Amino acid sequence: MNFDMGAYGIYIWPAYGISAVAILGAIVWTVAAWRRAKAKLAALEKK
Amino acid sequence: MSVFATLLMRDIKLAARSGGSAALALSFFALVATLVPLGVGADLHLLARVAGGVLWVAAVLAALLSLDRLFQGDFEDGSLDVIALSPLPLELTSLAKIAAHWLSTGLPLTVLSPVLALMFNLPPHATAILFVSLLAGTPAVSAIGAIGASLTLSLKRGGLILPLIILPLLSPVVIFGAGAVAATLDGMAAGSALGLLAAFATAAMLLSPFAAAACVRLNLGG
Amino acid sequence: MNWLFRYANPHEFMRLSGAVLPYIAVATALCFAIGLYLGFSVPPDYQQGTTITLMFIHVPADVVAELIYGAIAVCSLLSLVWRHPLSDTAARAAAPFGALFTAVAIITGALWGKPMWGTYWVWDARLTSFLLLFFLYLGYMALWNAIEDETRAARACAILALVGLVDIPIIKFSVDWWSTLHQGESIMSGKIAPVYLAPLLIMMLGYNLLFFTLWMVRIRTAILERRARNLMQQAAS
Repeated sequence: MNFDMGAYGIYIWPAYGISAVAILGAIVWTVAAWRRAKAKLAALEKK
Repeated sequence: MSVFATLLMRDIKLAARSGGSAALALSFFALVATLVPLGVGADLHLLARVAGGVLWVAAVLAALLSLDRLFQGDFEDGSLDVIALSPLPLELTSLAKIAAHWLSTGLPLTVLSPVLALMFNLPPHATAILFVSLLAGTPAVSAIGAIGASLTLSLKRGGLILPLIILPLLSPVVIFGAGAVAATLDGMAAGSALGLLAAFATAAMLLSPFAAAACVRLNLGG
Repeated sequence: MNWLFRYANPHEFMRLSGAVLPYIAVATALCFAIGLYLGFSVPPDYQQGTTITLMFIHVPADVVAELIYGAIAVCSLLSLVWRHPLSDTAARAAAPFGALFTAVAIITGALWGKPMWGTYWVWDARLTSFLLLFFLYLGYMALWNAIEDETRAARACAILALVGLVDIPIIKFSVDWWSTLHQGESIMSGKIAPVYLAPLLIMMLGYNLLFFTLWMVRIRTAILERRARNLMQQAAS
């Protein structure tokens, strides 16, 4: 794999970085909301 | 008089009174046209080049001002329920409201535009094209605006969402309308731009009443 | 249409999605791993140099952003015409991802544009269209949040989505028309060399699978939230 982007690196890496942040952020947000909902439902069903 | 005509006249009268939407739209239009040169400078050559776009955007925003009340007033005092029960189909009611809105905002804006075009140093042939483009395009603004108005009619502060919803949908109107003026300034024929604009406006006028009526129904029925 | 309605039952959907989810998630990860590996192994492009690697994250974002709108439009149609019960939930769940990927597409597009054109934004037709699409997503989400009654909100947003669906091709056409007037330049010119095709397609698949994974989780979450709300209402009465 070649990571030497030359002069263009300054555009390429931020682009990959922002995409990664967006994707990881979406995953974290989605999974966190799922876990919250699951916990809340479990708590309610216990009553 | 038919129900359609009655509705039409009533809405126009409401808008035309002092402090009504007609005066508001015209004032806003003129104000924006005044502010832009203050913002970008008095270079007449520059102003002529941007006149088409600026005046089109200003016209759309001015027409937008009164849109959120298009159905809301009647909705709040219960008149909309009564109108919905009348023999006139809701689609025609919507068309009447669209027509009333255009006659009380879009059309006056179009009539005022040559005066504002003068302030922007727009040459006469381009001003004529601007006038025609506004004449053809502002009905589309009223039509698509009516869809937005019917979607947000139950919202107390729906006026804030309305522009967000319909401005992207209206982008072709601005593109073709201002494009026609720009073409004329470049010495090219504005025919294709005006044709596309007219096609879009026709489609909007034909289809919007159905969408608006569907939205009114869902807000009344719920 | 019957098979579609079989999974309209939230219970059935939970069962089915729960079974399928692990596989789709793994497939997503694999696509990204392979796609990124290949993407960073390709030679620089004749014209674009190493910026060609931006294609592997920009174009998939583009594609999925548009696909999500299509998904919302289909759900809206199902909701309005066939009254499919889960469609509203599905449409609402998809929207934030649509906005997100549109934003990513615009940002990566601008970052790709800078080395190509010299400035970040030259009103390229595609990026401009995506900017408008972004606003459409925002309006859609705003409308969902603004209308209090859920059924009304669902119906209104379904209508808005379908109106947008009709208008989007017109918007794209008009922006294209406008950009040719101003002699706009395009990021991507025509043919893609075969060596770039594999990572591009794999990344496109990966982005799509990612969306489906997250979408399913969000719909499942919404179903659980509704069950919780029902339980709370029962307890209160």
